[in-house]
Amino acid sequence: MALLKRLAEHDREVLPFTLDGQPATGLQGDTLLTAVLTRADALRGSDFSAEPRAGFCLMGACQDCWVKLGDGRRVRACATLLEAGHCVSREPGRTL
Amino acid sequence: MKLSGIVIIGAGPAGIRAAQTLVAYGLQPCLIDESLRGGGQIYRRQPENFKRSAKALYGFEASKAQAVHATLDRLQADIDYRPQTLVWNAEAQSLDTLHDGVADQLPYTHLIVATGATDRILPVPGWTLPGVYSLGAAQIALKFQGCAIGERVVFAGSGPLLYLVAYQYAKAGAKVAAVLDSSPLSAQTRALPALLGQPATLAKGLYYRGWLTAHGVPVHQGVHLQSIQGEQRVRSVRWRQGEQERTLDCDAVAFAHALRSETQLADLLGCAFSWSDLNRAWLPTRDTSGRSSVEGVYLAGDGAGIMGADAAEMAGELAALTLLSDTGHQVDAARSTALQHRLDAIHRFRHGLETAFPFPEDWAANAPDTLTVCRCEEVSAGEIRQTVEQGHWEINRVKAMCRVGMGRCQGRMCGMAATEIVAHASGRDIASVGRLRGQAPIKPIPFGVEVDQ
Amino acid sequence: MSLPIEVEAVVIGGGIVGASAALFLAKSGRRVVLLERDFFGAHSSGVNYGGVRRQGRPLSQLPLSQRAHAIWGDLTNLIGIDGEYLRSGHLKLARSDKDMAALAAYEQASRGFGLDLQLLDREQLRARFPWAGDVAVGASLCADDGHANPRIVSPAFAHAARRAGADVYEQAAVSEVSHDGHAFTVRAAGGQTFRAPWLLNCAGAWAAALAEQFGEPVPMRSGHPAMLVTEPLPMFMDVSTGVEGGGIYARQVARGNCVLGGGQGFALDPATARPGQAAILDILRNAVELYPPLAGAQAIRTWSGTEGYLPDREPVLGVSSTQPGLLHGFGFAGSGFQIGPAAGEALAQIVCTGAPSIRLDAFSIQRFQPISQPALPTAPPATAAPAHAENVIPLFRGRSQP
Repeated sequence: MALLKRLAEHDREVLPFTLDGQPATGLQGDTLLTAVLTRADALRGSDFSAEPRAGFCLMGACQDCWVKLGDGRRVRACATLLEAGHCVSREPGRTL
Repeated sequence: MKLSGIVIIGAGPAGIRAAQTLVAYGLQPCLIDESLRGGGQIYRRQPENFKRSAKALYGFEASKAQAVHATLDRLQADIDYRPQTLVWNAEAQSLDTLHDGVADQLPYTHLIVATGATDRILPVPGWTLPGVYSLGAAQIALKFQGCAIGERVVFAGSGPLLYLVAYQYAKAGAKVAAVLDSSPLSAQTRALPALLGQPATLAKGLYYRGWLTAHGVPVHQGVHLQSIQGEQRVRSVRWRQGEQERTLDCDAVAFAHALRSETQLADLLGCAFSWSDLNRAWLPTRDTSGRSSVEGVYLAGDGAGIMGADAAEMAGELAALTLLSDTGHQVDAARSTALQHRLDAIHRFRHGLETAFPFPEDWAANAPDTLTVCRCEEVSAGEIRQTVEQGHWEINRVKAMCRVGMGRCQGRMCGMAATEIVAHASGRDIASVGRLRGQAPIKPIPFGVEVDQ
Repeated sequence: MSLPIEVEAVVIGGGIVGASAALFLAKSGRRVVLLERDFFGAHSSGVNYGGVRRQGRPLSQLPLSQRAHAIWGDLTNLIGIDGEYLRSGHLKLARSDKDMAALAAYEQASRGFGLDLQLLDREQLRARFPWAGDVAVGASLCADDGHANPRIVSPAFAHAARRAGADVYEQAAVSEVSHDGHAFTVRAAGGQTFRAPWLLNCAGAWAAALAEQFGEPVPMRSGHPAMLVTEPLPMFMDVSTGVEGGGIYARQVARGNCVLGGGQGFALDPATARPGQAAILDILRNAVELYPPLAGAQAIRTWSGTEGYLPDREPVLGVSSTQPGLLHGFGFAGSGFQIGPAAGEALAQIVCTGAPSIRLDAFSIQRFQPISQPALPTAPPATAAPAHAENVIPLFRGRSQP
């Protein structure tokens, strides 16, 4: 069910985190986007039709990859490095 | 080292060369950058614990990338370097910054704006599906994260980046299902004389192209990408070439039509803008020395018109030399002139690229009403057309009426496409439709932000 | 140069006041031209907060505001769209006992005008509006006040005026206005010239120049309220809110974005403005204590506009004190959106019947003049010589704390 496929840099420290409350792992140096999309195929639901979104530009411009962290902060997944223990939750979006 | 009051926004090739030049003349600039490690996009650095070589990451550009990175590393002792810092607003003599949840104000006397570019997107039905990314994004996934965007990737759109990223993916071991270039081969043939002006660049482009074909990657030209299909994620693409319609199974699509300049800060700074036919966009006006229309504000790199990374390095140095000269320093005038000549040559080459990879002017006419143009606000081409039918044609007015460009990305992804649709639907010249006004914050900023007093 | 087009009234300014005046005049069968320099409702009428509110206005404005409330109640019939208008209620928060006392005083003073204010103490506030911050000690609720989308409502008045028979022009800056003793001649940027016995000065923050031209200068200054909007958020705010004594006001639209206002901006040029850095940061830092669900939310855009303020924060509305046939409707001090349609209607009534149904004495332009100035007749001259009027001392209405 992953979107992204790891091609290189496999030999890195494994970092545990949770995704929507479920245990997950990523690798040191992953962005949150990579950590999530190497095991799932969406980052959020859209604001007006709850359709799945998984980012688009990967450079902090399109604003499509927002996720929520355990401390309530919302961050762009493409521009935020994964840290051990991160609690990442994905927002389901809304149908108007 | 004299604390200078000079601030450079953007630590890509332009910003880094500008900083280097100022330091060489004994000044200490502040260099602000939003990213984690600098380098801009094309020379984006991988995370510190990654091990691939520069050659693996940047191919033919490896030595240039390494030189830019080494320069930034060396400079850090001599400048006020602020990575992971967003400039979200600019007023006269003062910038608003955000770093690690703390808002601060940074006064400046002179500014070099080197804000770079993003992909330029002409949406296609299905482009909001998981698995669809811009060409730049596909490259960042590989270069910055060692990932491909999928198992079976289709590359589409046009421009030199199309072939470069497809080549990089195939070389890295990803399955490239096809390259779908909207430009016909005849356009590229026609452009050859102009492209010969930069023989090394042309050679590289031909090399990528030839390599793909030699390694069995289907390359199709004159393609009209009709839709990306799938329910929760990409499953296939549908496209038309001449009379033929084809469907191709895939699980990821990367597409774009060249690049667009990030001009929001120049706008907020009050820079005058003018229409560029070459970029098919309104750009902050820049004289041949890098000055904007605002005294004390200089523009360098792709943020004021797409010219590529080599030109960005030159333009960064040139803007710094101009700033130095404007502030009474003795500078090497011959060097400035040499840089200007080289930039002129690259500018001529860019015209050749535009001929080789022409903007698909029929895009708006072919865009179906159901196409989602603004992915933030979920506004369709049909809704934009309805707004034009109601008598609205100026782009900010259209935005006010139907919400296109009103979302989090402030029209970065949809602004050009929306303008094309408005121009086509209203029968007006594209430049007369206007440009989306820059508004602070240029990227979203959080409530509860702390303020540095 | 083209021959002047003869009409009954020329309205300068296509914001909500001018456009509604044109609409009501057209509906009464009068030949009216509406001239807008930029796009209809593109300025203050289109970029304001969107509050459709009676509560908090000076008592002097309440009769007109109550009439506007009735007009808003029929909005879809009037302008053809619902404009996202919701009678969500307007909740004015108090952050101290002193502020609460002010709300209570206003509730008392405004009885009889039809606002039906309900005062809520801390417990009642928490029970009904649990999202309000602890900093609020109480509130005053006007259940039938609400909010709408100014960006689409204001232009819709102009389009409705056109459908009702008005000639409406955008991108038609007025280059010259003159009066020859019989009628006004108005020249517009496109070369058209209009001639009319009535001229309505509804030019918003730019109306003072015309008033000055006719010998009745007003001390109007421009202000630029700062506005901010969030990304779409889960719905939590079911009323439009304000704060006693000033502060950050907020409303949440159906799509989930919160619109907030507070602080000031600055002019970029005579027609455009931006929020100041300090105002934006102020909203980001201080809004959360009033509206805790905003914690962690992102601000995605800010803007400002140009409002006209007179020193007493009341508009100029009504007849000219110097020029028969000239009517004014401007200077609404950031509060023109709700009351605008009634202001426009009042001006139309002056043209059609000689007087507005609701008295406009409190808004007379005369209040900026020395007391010895004589009043002139309302109507344009039927004959060459105007009638001579007696000295009139302007009346000052008392008003409560806003």
